[in-house]
Formats: sequence, structure tokens, C-alpha cells
Amino acid sequence: MGHLKTFWKRRELLWELVKRGIKLKYRKSYLGIIWSLLEPILSTIVLTVVFGTLLGRGGRDFPLYVLCGRLLYSFFASSTKSAARSIRMNAPMIKKVYIPKYLYPLSSILFNYIITGISLLVLIPLCVYCRVYPKLHMFYVILPFAVLFVLTYGCGMILATISVFFRDMEYLWDVLLTLIMYSSAIMYYPEKLMKSGYYWILKFNPLFCVITNFRDAIMGQPMEWNYLLTALEIGIVLSLIGTYMFYKKQDEFILAI
Amino acid sequence: MGKETLRLEGIGIKFNLAGKKAKPKSTQLKDIPSMIFGGNKRQEFWALKDISFSLERGDRLGILGLNGAGKSTLLKVIAGVFKPNEGKVIHKGTIVPLLELGAGFEKQYTGTENIFLYGSMLGYSRKYLQSKYDEIVEFSGLKKFIDVPIQNYSSGMRSKLGFSIATIAEPEILILDEVLSVGDAKFRKKSEAKIHSMMEGGTTVLFVSHSLEQVKRICNKAMILEQGRIVGFGDIDKVSAIYAEMIG
Repeated sequence: MGHLKTFWKRRELLWELVKRGIKLKYRKSYLGIIWSLLEPILSTIVLTVVFGTLLGRGGRDFPLYVLCGRLLYSFFASSTKSAARSIRMNAPMIKKVYIPKYLYPLSSILFNYIITGISLLVLIPLCVYCRVYPKLHMFYVILPFAVLFVLTYGCGMILATISVFFRDMEYLWDVLLTLIMYSSAIMYYPEKLMKSGYYWILKFNPLFCVITNFRDAIMGQPMEWNYLLTALEIGIVLSLIGTYMFYKKQDEFILAI
Repeated sequence: MGKETLRLEGIGIKFNLAGKKAKPKSTQLKDIPSMIFGGNKRQEFWALKDISFSLERGDRLGILGLNGAGKSTLLKVIAGVFKPNEGKVIHKGTIVPLLELGAGFEKQYTGTENIFLYGSMLGYSRKYLQSKYDEIVEFSGLKKFIDVPIQNYSSGMRSKLGFSIATIAEPEILILDEVLSVGDAKFRKKSEAKIHSMMEGGTTVLFVSHSLEQVKRICNKAMILEQGRIVGFGDIDKVSAIYAEMIG
């Protein structure tokens, strides 16, 4: 309870840190926050050309399929990466003022979450382009999007703690992220893989579970609740582990940075 | 007066000579090479040991000592940045620390943005900072540069801004580590006057400076640290006389 109370007292500070993340990300670029819309559009075009046109995969709604996966994956990748760096990057502040340290990784995840939220607007014109029309069913996207946050928070806290003492984790994580990307069926349809003996790679990859449900919601297909539940369970376990690790080790951070 | 605001009980903090705090338990990955190759045994030493004292409302404590005596470490412990291995810090009310130069600023932010960021780190609300904004800028004397990124500020300018933000409210306890030594003479005078007015309002000040004169002007009590231990504590005149003798 005491922790919740301090958290509430510090909510303005958390917001300041989130704002800092957003502001600094686009500072000194001409287009600024417009990039959060432009970047996903451009990369979807690239992926559609490469995988759709050149490799001849996918139908009319392939761009939408790719974009959903890419948006969620890039949120996961960029916020876990910035959470991993957050303690090191804020070392000058940590050395000078005491504030609850979890605010650093948490704010770096939150600012990416907000930027991704803005990026999601790109889905609207793309839905029109792909002839996917709005239905009430689309409101289900909120659920996988929320589960994604839990999952990212868990990974982010674990990475933030480890990276303080073991900087190599940041590089290692880049490699792992590539692996996660290819096993999340972002640029290909998972059916073939699902039928093979390796289906478990997808089934127990929480990111794939989230992405699948997100797509189902957008494209008007029935949700796969058991996948979503798996992702939620994994997310909660990771969050508990991450919070515990961070809490146990936070007093030693100052000596390692 | 006579109300206690800060008490330290048997504070001890241990480092190994690599500059890191010694950890008696848990081994880490980075310890493995030295465990395997046997060399590089840790030499622990106590950066602070058996530090106990208490201060009352309106006290201004000057902390004296040579480089490496533990002055900054002590202030960091009180500010909550370091967690001591032994003992505890008991305080009433808010602590506003100004440790080292320039406070916890975001270099890419402008002066204005830093006022709000740093202010909220110190626990002030945005609304409060807005109402005090003009006063902060005015006191810092940086009106012309307030929309310039901090990375282009000189160290003197940074510490002026830091001081102006930190002292905008009257905290119960104010910690100043070598902050006043970088500002120009004019600002130094202004900030000393500010500290005096805060102390009349009941703020307790902990003050580190290498200028004995300045410590004498500001403080009513002083402490001498030597190798992490208190070797003198009490009235400013008495203690500063001892210190002047120590440094010859």
C-alpha cells in the first residue's frame, strides 16, 4: 500500500519523464512526431513489396496483416531496448536526486506505448485500402494491446536490472529480438509452420499470441482466447519476476553505474 | 526552536577499492574471473563509519574535511542516493539535495523544460512550478538563456539554475555540496542571503565547501570528517579553529 501511495504522489514526475521520452525522440527532426505515422507506412510498403509483390505472398489484405505485426513488434522491441538502457542513461540523475528508480524503465516503456498508440492511427486508412470495414468486433484490439503492455513491462524490468550489472545484455537482447521477430510470424502466414512439428514455437511465443489476436480483432476473425490467455499468463509471471528482481537489486544500481 | 529535524544513527558505508560498495553475499558474473584466477582480492574500507549526530530546525551544519574524507558520501546518504550498510537516517519533512554541480538536468532540454523536470523530481507539482516559474528565472538571472538547451550552459550557469529551482520552496532540509563555489561573486552573495532567509524560516542546511570563510559566514555548527569518521563536532567557531590548525 505504501508503494502505491508513493506511486500516486509521483504520478506527475512519471508524466514528466514520459514527456521527456517523446520530446527527445523527435527533437531536431523536421517532421517530428509525424514520423510515428510515416515510419510504419513506409516500412509496410517495403515489406509488402518484398514479401507480397516480389515473393508473391498474401492477398489483398496482406499489407494490413504485415502492419499489425510490425507495429506491435516494434513497440515491444524499442521499449524493451530503452528500458534496458534506462538506468545507465539516467545515471547522472540517479546520482543526484532520489526518486523511485522503477520510474525510469516504466516511463521509457510508457512513452513508447503512447507513440505506438499514435502509430495505430495508420491502420485506419490501411483498413480502407484493404477493404476491411469497421465493425464492433474491432474493439477487441484493446485486449491484446493491454496484454502486450504487461508482457513488455515484465521483460523491460528484467532487462533493466540485468543490464546494470551486465552491460552485454543489451547486445545479447538485440540478437534475441531478431529471433523473436522471426518466430512471431510478422512477415509470413503462420499456417504452414503451425501444421509442422514446430508449431510450439509460435504457440508459446507470447508476442505471436498477442499479434494474432490483434489481427483477428482488426480483420474480423474470431479471437483465439486461449492464445491470449497464454500470453497474459506469461506476461504476469515475467512482470512479477521483473518487479521482484528490480526491487531486490535497486539499491546496488548506484554502485554499478 | 530546539526541534530535531535530522538524526543519523551509526551510519556506516563500505566500499571496495575499485570504488564500488562491497557486497558480502551474492557473487556476480563479473566476479567469476577473479574467483578463477585467484588474484584481485577485494580490499574493503569504510568510507563512513559510526556517523551519529542530530540537527535541529534552522541549524546550518558545515562539513569540513580533506578530499576523500567522506563529505560527499555523507551527503549522498542523507539525500537517499546511497543506502548505508549500517545505521539509519531519520528525518522529518522534505529533503532537497543539490549534490555536485548542476543537479539532475537533462542536457538536451532547455532551461525552462529542466525547471519542470528537475522541479518535479524534487517533488514539486507542475502547478506550483508554474506559479513560481518567473521567480525561479528571475533569481537565476538566466532569462536570456532560458530557452537554450542546458548542454550549452557553463557549469556556473547550471548551478545557478539548480540552486534557483531547489530553493524555491522552503524545504525542511537543504543539502548543498560545493554548489556555491562555482557561481560568480554576485550570485554567491545573493544565494548566501537566500540561505540566511531560509534558515530564518526554519530550514536546516547541510553545507560542504572548501572555503572555510564561507562556511563560517553561513553555518552555526560544523563537523570535521577524517577518513570517514567524525573527529570534531560542535560550535562553528570552536570547530573551525581546530580545522584551521589541522590544515596548517
